Formats: sequence, structure tokens, C-alpha cells
Amino acid sequence: MTEALLFMLGIGGVCGLVLSYASKIFYVYEDPRIAMIENNLAGANCGGCGYAGCSSAAQAVVEGKASPSVCVISSSEGIAKVAEIMGMDPGSASPRVANNTCDGGKRANTKYHYLGVNSCKALSGFFGGQRECGVGCLGLGDCIKACNFGAIDMGPDGFPVVDETMCVGCGACENACPKNILQVKTMSERLLDFNQEDGALAPCSQRCPAEINIPKYISEIKKGDYKAAVQTIRMRNPLLLSCGRVCPHPCEDLCRRGIEDEPVSINQLKRFAADYEMKSGTRVPITCAPDNGRKVAVIGGGPAGLSCAYFLRRVGYQVTIFEAMPKLGGIIRYGIPEYRLPKKVLDWEIEGITRLGIETRTNVRFGSDFGLGSLVTAGYEAIFMGIGAWKDYSLGIPGDHLEGCYNGINFLSRSAMGEKLPLGKKACVIGGGNTAVDCARTMLRLGLEKVYMVYRRTRKEMPANEVEIVASEHEGIDFVFLAAPSKVIGNEDGHVTHLEYLKMELGEPDASGRRRPVPVEGSETLLEVDTIVTAIGQSPDASFKEETSRRISELALTRWSTIDNDPTTLQSTSIPYIFTGGDSATGPALVVDAIGAGRRAARSIDLFLKGEKIAPVEKSLQGKRIEESVFTTVPGITPIKRAEMPELPVNERIRSFVEVDQVLPEDQALKEANRCLNCCRTCYNPDNSIKESYNA
Amino acid sequence: MGDYFVLAISCIFVNNILLAQFLGNCPFLGTSKKMETATGMAMAVVFVLVMAGIITWITDTYLLKPLDIEFLRTLSFILIIASLVQFVEMFLKKSIPALYAGLGIFLPLITTNCAVMGVCLININEEYTFMQSLVSSFSYAVGFGLALILFAGIRERINIARVPKPLQDTSIGLVTAGMIALSFFAFKGMV
Repeated sequence: MTEALLFMLGIGGVCGLVLSYASKIFYVYEDPRIAMIENNLAGANCGGCGYAGCSSAAQAVVEGKASPSVCVISSSEGIAKVAEIMGMDPGSASPRVANNTCDGGKRANTKYHYLGVNSCKALSGFFGGQRECGVGCLGLGDCIKACNFGAIDMGPDGFPVVDETMCVGCGACENACPKNILQVKTMSERLLDFNQEDGALAPCSQRCPAEINIPKYISEIKKGDYKAAVQTIRMRNPLLLSCGRVCPHPCEDLCRRGIEDEPVSINQLKRFAADYEMKSGTRVPITCAPDNGRKVAVIGGGPAGLSCAYFLRRVGYQVTIFEAMPKLGGIIRYGIPEYRLPKKVLDWEIEGITRLGIETRTNVRFGSDFGLGSLVTAGYEAIFMGIGAWKDYSLGIPGDHLEGCYNGINFLSRSAMGEKLPLGKKACVIGGGNTAVDCARTMLRLGLEKVYMVYRRTRKEMPANEVEIVASEHEGIDFVFLAAPSKVIGNEDGHVTHLEYLKMELGEPDASGRRRPVPVEGSETLLEVDTIVTAIGQSPDASFKEETSRRISELALTRWSTIDNDPTTLQSTSIPYIFTGGDSATGPALVVDAIGAGRRAARSIDLFLKGEKIAPVEKSLQGKRIEESVFTTVPGITPIKRAEMPELPVNERIRSFVEVDQVLPEDQALKEANRCLNCCRTCYNPDNSIKESYNA
Repeated sequence: MGDYFVLAISCIFVNNILLAQFLGNCPFLGTSKKMETATGMAMAVVFVLVMAGIITWITDTYLLKPLDIEFLRTLSFILIIASLVQFVEMFLKKSIPALYAGLGIFLPLITTNCAVMGVCLININEEYTFMQSLVSSFSYAVGFGLALILFAGIRERINIARVPKPLQDTSIGLVTAGMIALSFFAFKGMV
């Protein structure tokens, strides 16, 4: 017995000694971070990450081969700690989740019957798959086999569905998918994702300047999940209440239903979802990536600035908005009248954005109160300039400075701030754009007896939104078409009494495709008015260039005073840390254009601050149309009437600033949502034969 | 020399550790989904098994038998194999980092592999000489690798075949393993 005891003790001792001695002899220097990271991984040696055990994964992180979120079962705190050890931006460490971007499945037409090996990889070798859609899901489920966590199942419609609660973001499905359909991305990556030519995109989404996934939010409304719809819209557009009211919805022009029937009323559905959130009184929570401590300044709190700030904040930056006016909102607060976008609604929307942790400084004007130097000294590493286009073009005719002459944006912003302007009884607005219509309708509400709109072409060429023109006709605004102002006539006090204009006729089409108006000799006509508002376009106010440092004088402008920039990345051509977007980059355009540009600039700023090359998005769509999704006929459509927009009766609305357009009631909205064909690139759900096409 | 050849053949084919003795089934099923991991595992087993076979034979012959404490065999072998694997891991990391990286996680994993323990005990029970136990350890390990790699090849193909739902994954794996075992049964008459 003694021998046995001694033997075991001896053998134990020998093993211990040999090992401890060996650990000295065979000591290999190892980066201490590897051990620190390994302590923060799950320690299960499960291999889910694709590396041979936790220590290999830790080593891969240190070598920069793997991201801090490599561990598929680690908690978000664990990921943040790993990122901290590596000194990396925790924003890029937010958890990754798989997402199937194709929900066409079996409804795409079949090219041939495939009876070969049961694998997407093999199938994609034969002419890219058995379906006519070149980008869509092949439906044999390579991703399901690749998933080690049971997070993907074949859905009933022939495409895999990801269970986000089970998904750990390991990326195995993405690697297994021969198409670019399953994408494993972090929230930050998704927020800064842009439409690509090979994407699974419906015609409406291709056109939307903000690139909203329109069919997705409409089908969420269909299911009654309005909060999800709000979240889907917020992935691309933080100003859904405002856009739901003022957007001229270019998406609806491309609606596939519109080829055979009236298009789906997309924007009203957006407004319905947005109003639902506001009326419910509780905000749908918005998730942000962990703060990465880097500061970005946004000059201008208009739609472009708000959008850029919102996306930068959501991917983890510290953002401060500098605004010259007393409140945020820019042109949508000071240029869009109360009856189209109530200030209360706008306040609620902007509060939702600023409460994400965005600092705001109002009443500070770039160039006079602060300059480029003060921002750089204060530690802002990149600057977004979204200063809008607030300088009205002047008429440039004799007498345009007389008492009673106003300029469009100036007039709108002053009345929006509650200033009592000395207006007369009869007024005319010169111009045919949205600003002109806004001025005319505002003056009507301010109590003027007669308001004319003077435009040098005809109604067909008016650039204003059709609904706005119709509404102003209903409200009794008189249109004077084919009229070019030639002189403003005043009395002895220097006050306007008449506008003299020349009659025009339409000649040859010009560069914009509209027929050029040609003046008729000797056709001078007088229009009796005491107030004239000129709304013939605006340009950015470039006065900031005169008063600050030498550096800002290097900022290149175009001949329209817009900031010269690379239109794909929105980086200014002259000063690398200045980015721009919205009206200050393009001249006056849509709110939704500015929102899209804000997000595009946020992507470039993110790349710039990470020290990566600011390359344009590969195969970027940028509002172009995908050839194969252009249809001339759409079989299987039964015309169903489009939901009418409810609006206040004319006599109730024209003497007040109460909102004119009303939101759709829930039953109407659901009915309208059901008119949506849930299109993708080439496939869609026809009205009558959903079942049949699925079995084909 | 001929005897060693016969011993090797019998260890690799006739008495294959996986398919005839059914030892080490957990790595057999666990690491056979991909050819790459199967090869890594096979290499690690060859390496460890040869080392363990030699050391345990020496321990048994020169310590346990003279002291008449054979009842401590299992206990001491576990301790020795575990320490050996640790030692080998340290040694490889310093001296042959390429091999260390290649074997990766499989090296520490086979600390608890029953095939290793089984072969060491077989060597003693069969009363092999030093050379015989060296050959047998090596051949058993080769047999293990052979079976594992064959099986991984088959499973990679099964992966893209239409398997009825109740039989998917491990169940079809076990059925396949049974059939390979049956086919190995044909070697029985050789030696």
C-alpha cells in the first residue's frame, strides 16, 4: 500500500515538475491582449466563430483577422469589452444579425426544372439558378444547412426565414449563400447601406431618394404591426412625420400597380404609420450603437443636417447641431407653412431625434458667431454643412425694391416666426414652384382678398406638386399663366400699385425638355396689386465665406453658390473634413433628397473618421432604374380605387392655418396597404392568383 | 519484420479502433462533418497516440509491474496522458509553431479521448514488447485517421443529398458508420 501511495505521489510530483519546468523552457511571448480577450469570450470552445477554440479566436482578434464581435455566444457587454481592449470603435462591435433580403421565393417565374444535387451552390452553376430573377433566393436552403444554431428555417413561401433571436451573427449562412441575398450585418452597417444595382429592390424603393424599403413597411402595416413599419421607415428616414405630409412621393410614379391601375398611396401610408406613433403617445425606441467618443459638427439643423446627425448618432458618434435660427428644422420649419406641416408635429419629430443624445446650439450663425477654426479647436473631427439654400433670387426688373415687394423664403420664414408683415389687399406671387404656392396659400390665410400667381409658362410645366396646385385652385387662387413680369409700378410714397408683365407664348423645348416661353411683342399688361412676392428660386447663402478664417476661403463653391462636392461621396472637393448635402449641395430640391444626402454624407464621414478610403458605394443605384424591373404591362391586376386623401373643406381652412390634409383612418389605411403588390425586382403578388403562381 | 507487418495490418484494418472496437466514437461523429477538421484530428491522434503508447508501456514495464501495483494502471495512465499532452502542446508551440497551428484545438481535445487510453491498455493486455507496442500504437492511430477521413468524405456528400427529416445529421451518420463497420468486417479473414 505504501508503495502505491508513494508511486502516485511520485508520478504526480514528476509530472508537475516536468510541466512547470517545461513551461519555463518552452515559454513563448504572447501578446497579453490575447489572454485578456480570451477572458472576455464565452470560453465554451464551441467553434461557432469558425476558429479552433477561444484562444485561436482571441489571437485572430489581436491579429485583426476577426472583429471584436467574433464570439457568437458572447453578450454585448463582452463584445464592448473586447473592443475596448483592442482600442476599437465599439460601434463596429454591435452584434451582427442575418437577414434575408429576398422575399420573392417561389413566386418568381421558373426558367427550367431542376432535378440535380440538392444545393443552392450546385444550382447556381446552371445559368444562375432555375428562376427568372437573377438575384433572388434559390430556395434549396444551403443557409439552413450552414447554420449551426437552428436560426434559419424554410418559410412557407419558398424562401428561408431568419429567427433573429436565435441568430448569433456567425456569418456561416452568408458564406454558404451563392447569391448576395443573405446578409449578416450589424445595425450600423445596415443603417449606412445603400441601394445597389444587383439588389432585391421594388421599383418604388429604387426611386426613393431616401432609399426606404417601401414594400416592407407596407406589408408590416398590412399585418397591423405599425411599430415595425415605423422602425423600417426610420432605418432610412428620421423625418417620417414631415415627409408623410410634404413629400411629393416620386416613388408613386413608379408604382407597378400604377401601370394598370392607380398607384398605391405610399406616402399616405407612411403618414398613417408616423401619425399612429405620435398619437399613441409612446415613442418606438431607437437603438444606437455604443458611443465611440468622436465628435462631429453639423452646421444647419434642416432636413439634411438632422438626417446626417441622426445616422451618425445611431452609429455611435457624438454629434452637435449648430443652427442659425431659434429652432431646429430649417426650411421645413421656416419655409413650409403651418397648414401643411404643423409646428407641433415638427417639434415632436425633432425632439425624438435630439433625445438620442444629439447636442444642439441654436441662434448661432456659421461665419458670424463661430467659424471653422472654433470647430476644429473644439475637437470636431468632421463637419457636415447642410446650410440649405435660403437666399432668394431677385427679380432683377425695375422697381423690384419698392415697398410691398417680398422674396419667397424670406417672406415664409418671417411669417412662420410670427412677424406681422404690412401686407395689402391684393397680392401676386411670381413663380410656379412649391415655394410660390406656399406663399400664395399663406397670404390667403393671412387675410388678403385676392391672390394671383404669375407664372411664365403654363400649368402643365409648373414644378409645384400637383396636389398643391389643385388645393390652391380650390382655395380660389387665380393663375396668370404665360406672363413674364417686366416692371413694378409704384405710387409717390414708393409703394407698389401694379405689376406690368409681358404675355408669352411657348416656343421650342429647352434643355429641361419644357417648351421655352417667348415674349409677345407689345403685349404689356398691368395687374393691380399692392404686394408682390417673388419666389423664383434660391441659392445657398454663402456670406459665411466673407468673415472667417483663411481656411474657409479655400472652400470651393460652384457658380450657383452651392458647395462643390463629389456627388457620390458628398465630400467637399477642397477641404477633406467638410461634407455637405441637401440644398446647399444641389440647390433647392426635395426634403426627401436632403434626407438621403444626409445619410450618404454620414456614411462618408464614418469612413473618413475610421481612416478608410471614402470610395463610392459599389454598383450604387442612386435613383437609377433597374432595367429588368421596368414593366409595360402587369398581368393579374384588378383595378381597386385608391384611398382618397381626407382634407378639410375649403371654407373651414382658408382663413386659418389649421392643417389641411388629414391622415387616413385605420380601415382605409389597411385597405390601401392591401392594394400593394409587395413587388420586388421582377416578381410581385398579383391580386387574384397568388395561390396559382405559388404552385407553378 | 513480417510479424510487425501483420500486426500493423491487423491494427489498421481488422481490429480498427473505431469500426471494430468502437472506441473514440465522440470525435468520430463530432469532427467528421468537414474534411479539414477530420484531417486535423487524424494528425493529432497519430502524434499523441504514438507518444502515449511509448510512455505508458515504459511506465507499466519498469514501474507498475516490478512494484506489483498494476491496479493503479488506469489512474496513472490518465495522469500521464494528460501531462504528456500538455507537455507536447508547450513543446510544439515553441519549436514547431506551424504544426501547433495546424493541430489547433484538437491537441488538447484528445486528452480525454478513449481511443488513446484504449490503445495503451490493449498494448499492456496483449503483453506486447516495446517495438510491438510502438507499431501497434502507430497503426491503431493510422486506422483511426483512415476511418475518420473516409467517414468525413461520405458525410460531406450526405450533406447535399436529400435525407428524410427524421434521419438527418447524426442519425444518418450513425447508420453510415454502421455500414462502414460492416464493410470493414470483410477484413476479418485476412489475418
